[in-house]
Amino acid sequence: MLGGVLFVLATTLMSQTAKPTSQTAKPTTQGGAMAAQVTRGKQVYLQQCLACHQVDGLGVQGMNPPLAKAKAVLGDKAALIKIVLNGMQGVDIGGESYNGVMAPHRDLTDQEVADALTYVRNSFGNKASAVTAAQVKTIRATTKPPAQ
Amino acid sequence: MKSTIKNFYLATALCLAGFVAFGANDLSGDGGKKKPAKPVDAASQLKLPGGFKASTVVEGFGRTRHLVVAPNGVIFVKLERPKDGKGIYRLEDTNGDGKADKITGFGNYGGTGMAIKDGYLYASSNTDVYRYKLDGSNDVVNPDQPEKIVSGLLDRNQHNSKSIVLDNSGNIYVNVGAYSNACQIQDRTKGSPGRMPCPILDSAGGIWQFKADQPNQTYGTGTHYATGLRNVVGLDWNGQTNSLFVMMHGRDQLSSLWPQYWDDKQSAELPAECMYELHQGSNCGWPYIFYDQNQHRQVLGPEYGGDGKKGPDKEYQEPVVAFPGHLAPDGLLFYTGNQFPEKYKNGAFVAFHGSWNRAPEPQAGFFVVFVPFANGKPSGNWEVFADNFSGGPDKTASGRVDYRPCGLAQGPDGSLYVTDDTKGVIWKIAYNK
Repeated sequence: MLGGVLFVLATTLMSQTAKPTSQTAKPTTQGGAMAAQVTRGKQVYLQQCLACHQVDGLGVQGMNPPLAKAKAVLGDKAALIKIVLNGMQGVDIGGESYNGVMAPHRDLTDQEVADALTYVRNSFGNKASAVTAAQVKTIRATTKPPAQ
Repeated sequence: MKSTIKNFYLATALCLAGFVAFGANDLSGDGGKKKPAKPVDAASQLKLPGGFKASTVVEGFGRTRHLVVAPNGVIFVKLERPKDGKGIYRLEDTNGDGKADKITGFGNYGGTGMAIKDGYLYASSNTDVYRYKLDGSNDVVNPDQPEKIVSGLLDRNQHNSKSIVLDNSGNIYVNVGAYSNACQIQDRTKGSPGRMPCPILDSAGGIWQFKADQPNQTYGTGTHYATGLRNVVGLDWNGQTNSLFVMMHGRDQLSSLWPQYWDDKQSAELPAECMYELHQGSNCGWPYIFYDQNQHRQVLGPEYGGDGKKGPDKEYQEPVVAFPGHLAPDGLLFYTGNQFPEKYKNGAFVAFHGSWNRAPEPQAGFFVVFVPFANGKPSGNWEVFADNFSGGPDKTASGRVDYRPCGLAQGPDGSLYVTDDTKGVIWKIAYNK
């Protein structure tokens, strides 16, 4: 029990050091590339996503949806990329409504979007394949920016 | 330090093989959920000044927002989302044990606003205001046939709750929050300039006044009472000053949208969460300015050319109290009872729902504060009255809290009632010398 408490304490402190190390999934192939992407993606997350989705990826009740174990995060990559590029507002997820506003993030490069999403898909208890810059490029080319 | 912690983590992970799976989850941030829940006693969890004691009327009741207590002690509470198809609940304690034992629901809509006046109960959805006639025992006469007092108020998700309060002259005041953070061309987008003038203000970002007894009013028949208010959730009529007081939720994201002017530490504290005393025509300046409680003055918003130092061209209404940023004031109540010690008389209680926009800095709030008043003005510094809704400093810092205070009401015996809108607790706080 004490070990558990210390462990939690240590991991809590760890999470505040903003170093994406052992929390990333280690896929059997392309592990190095994935880890590098996750490392870069965490930096994007800290600057662009954390304010709303929070340090632990659990979001804010009634405002900003959780990313941890979220269908939208772990599911269809094209739909996920569109959310980042076009933003999102007023969604109901699992019987909860979220009224926060997510701005479009078209100012990020394809690589930054891919890195951030790869980080999110492999953090907070999530484990899913990487998103590539090429995939983001394709989606960006085929979706219009939202009307202002 | 960092490497020490890392080594400690590695050692722990290696030694405690049984904890590895748990640890992996914990590192990713949701480990808190996995820990066995301690039995929480919602009543004794609250920290109160000496002589005060809390009990709970209901627990696990849903998204309980604002509430009122009728002269006979019957409670009416508004739910953000209907529970079993009902958005308003009448709670009565028939055997005097302090717990609601006769519970009836009505109103098929969610919302926040709840008020009681002269034999009528008023409730709001996120677009409309209704009223229900009450009988002598504060039973609702026709629960399925309320009068629709106001309809067609804007609901664009963001800041959509419609808080309500009545004056003593037959008027009802309704908040319509701005569906925006700071009226940027592209909401919450780095570097996006503010719209000038802000078009949102014609139908939101202010307080509208309506007649309390007239059905079918709309924007057109109401009075645009006050403007420049980003979002108000807590509001109350002050019988001493005969005026409306509101708590405004200040803007978010100074550092994430304008990192050239504010860092995360400054952005966690700014801008102030302000209490305003409103009169017809009041303009509190959103989105053009915000109040910097450290400089004790209004500064121009960055969307309108501000840099954290420049003041506005014109002065807007000054706040009467400026609290630290992002604490999210969701309830305001002027205390007029006789049960609490003399210093509380005519002072203001404010329920702070707690922050989220302080990340990555520690979160704050999750308490009810008290502001002493004399002659209709604050007469001293505010102090925390009811604390530890969160369940401890770590939970406060992470924002993963047990409870979030929202609504406030005063009972006929002078007790203070507080709701939590995450788990649905209603506390009664009483004083006994």
